[in-house]
Amino acid sequence: MDAVFKALADPTRRQLLDNLHARNGQTLGALCEEMNMTRQAVSKHLAILEEANLVVTFRRGREKEHYLNPAPIFEIADRWIDKFERGKLRALTDLKKNLERDEE
Amino acid sequence: MSKPSFVYVTYIRTTAEKLWQALVNPEANRQYWFGAHQESDWKKGAPWKIVFADGRIADTGEIVDIDPLRRIVIKWRNEIMPELKAEGYTRCTITLEPQGALVKLTIMHEAEREGRHKMIDAVQSGWPLILASLKSLLETGQALEGTDRLPEE
Repeated sequence: MDAVFKALADPTRRQLLDNLHARNGQTLGALCEEMNMTRQAVSKHLAILEEANLVVTFRRGREKEHYLNPAPIFEIADRWIDKFERGKLRALTDLKKNLERDEE
Repeated sequence: MSKPSFVYVTYIRTTAEKLWQALVNPEANRQYWFGAHQESDWKKGAPWKIVFADGRIADTGEIVDIDPLRRIVIKWRNEIMPELKAEGYTRCTITLEPQGALVKLTIMHEAEREGRHKMIDAVQSGWPLILASLKSLLETGQALEGTDRLPEE
């Protein structure tokens, strides 16, 4: 769990996760372009995210694709969210999303 | 350009045999899959479906590939929501890899075409609860509360 919090404590790494959330399965090259950073810098951040299991990779042909893995965040949330609150929280998040969409 | 996809990787303290049983056994499914269960002969080319506790058919498809204790590939289409059904088939690959006292479980659920895919959006909120509950069932003997039935409207 320490690895997850450490990985999430950095804004660049959160940005990487946002990019994967928007478009899952990107290659290192695509992520560098989007982040406007060197391969070396992005690789270093990705390694920390992989260590925390927040990013997982699959080889497809010659390319290595990076995917967001929501499992660690979900499992952390589950530790402190009561079983009865889970449904209510989801309803509230849905309501918030709908209201914000209406405002757009 | 990659196709819309959902990936979930979790490590479960169990054996590949027990995890496989929990995945393919309808009685086990009902405990953590919102009361629903899968029906299939679990052979390559066999039909596959998810049935809700009230008998409604939630999803249908086919077993594209299967390697017992290791891997299942399912061609998967929603049957309940017309807008999701209209999007056609998705592909779900379930992989089990024993690692010491743990089994690494990977779910890769992907669209077969590019562009926005509502079915992939939908599974993003379904899979985490189902899989966290499956993990809890195998590790503690108890599924997560509330995952043995559909959430109330």
